[in-house]
Amino acid sequence: MKITMTVNGVERTDEVEPRTLLAHHLREALGLTGTNIGCDTSSCGACTIHVDGQSVKSCTMLAVQADGCAVTTIEGLADGDTLHPMQRCFQQNHGLQCGYCTPGMVMAAVSLLDENPNPTEREVRLGLEGNLCRCTGYHNIVQSVLACAAETSGAAS
Amino acid sequence: MIPAAFDYVRAESADHAIALLAEHGDEAKLLAGGHSLLPLMKLRLASPTVLVDVGRLDDLRFIRDAGDHIAIGALTRHRDLETSELLSSAAPLLHHAAGHVGDPQVRHRGTIGGSLAHADPASDLPAVVLALGGTLVVQGPGGQREIPIGEFYTGFLEADLQPDELLTEIRIPKLDTLGWSFQKFNRRAQDWAIVGVAAVRAEGHHGVGLVNMGSTPLHAGGVVEALHAGATAAQAAERANEGTEPQTDNNATVEYREHLARVLVRRALEESGLS
Repeated sequence: MKITMTVNGVERTDEVEPRTLLAHHLREALGLTGTNIGCDTSSCGACTIHVDGQSVKSCTMLAVQADGCAVTTIEGLADGDTLHPMQRCFQQNHGLQCGYCTPGMVMAAVSLLDENPNPTEREVRLGLEGNLCRCTGYHNIVQSVLACAAETSGAAS
Repeated sequence: MIPAAFDYVRAESADHAIALLAEHGDEAKLLAGGHSLLPLMKLRLASPTVLVDVGRLDDLRFIRDAGDHIAIGALTRHRDLETSELLSSAAPLLHHAAGHVGDPQVRHRGTIGGSLAHADPASDLPAVVLALGGTLVVQGPGGQREIPIGEFYTGFLEADLQPDELLTEIRIPKLDTLGWSFQKFNRRAQDWAIVGVAAVRAEGHHGVGLVNMGSTPLHAGGVVEALHAGATAAQAAERANEGTEPQTDNNATVEYREHLARVLVRRALEESGLS
């Protein structure tokens, strides 16, 4: 089946099998391997991307369901060489250890601040409940998100 | 994990979806948000040969005041429920519980209709709608019928829905709410409830729904009967296990679930203002 979606600002038309998961389509057909697959059971959040601006787990969505949608992956966040504020805050606050959960964590965090630009620490922790860090590096992840909120609130889109 | 191959058809309207279901019969499954069905298909526990995608039927995505009840379109997403000001005032239990389904990513995609029709006893929203005494509107080739949710669940993952019927609307009666509570006991934030309890107390109405205490979502009839007879919260909670058939799994034994049901029902009744 032929599907067309805008991926990181670029329109892409591809032929996919209906059973192709969006995560596999992004990684294998479009080469966007920044989207990691962790648990493959919609628990861990490593595969989190944005579909029409909202965080979703791309291992639990068919590529055909995203036909006509705007998809953003971790590769689409930075503006050229300038990191997205959330990426920079993760870097500055050491919001990662092994890095495997990081793309999904950053995408979930950006979606969280879109919906709640000024979260409390508890709201950040609840807002990231769908993302697991097996290094258990949650402390600095939460600090990264709070730092980004402090930097961007008021200017958040 | 990759699902078995299937044909995919996107429904353009509710009538189109019903026609497609009538055409393909038992072979077809409806796809809404996909957050119950796709995990089952990836594990090959479900292998429909046709998926009818109703996820774009935006005319079934609404929350509106319909006089004596709140009408909610079946394709309304959990995120819509948890951010609805109308629900916040008219059905605060549902508004609150919707924000505890899964995690934000799941709530962005999952729908109330999908959750109710999937008939999973471990899901939160069936117990909530049971407590509220909701009615389900189902559309088929022969027209529309209304089913009180208390009569909807017939077995494990089975509900009173024919293969060619589509759940279109959920009606939540406008109660004069005096108190409510949602208790979800789990080990990790995003997990299914090991046991959950939804309770609402209103003028002339007591409702208590149980999560994960049997093969279907359950209404705690014994508790409600005791409350109508004037029991205290603690007395009524002693009847929490009447009519239940909890299972032992990796998370809990039958005895532990029964203990949790009594404790959580008592807490829910107390939080909803009963002594």
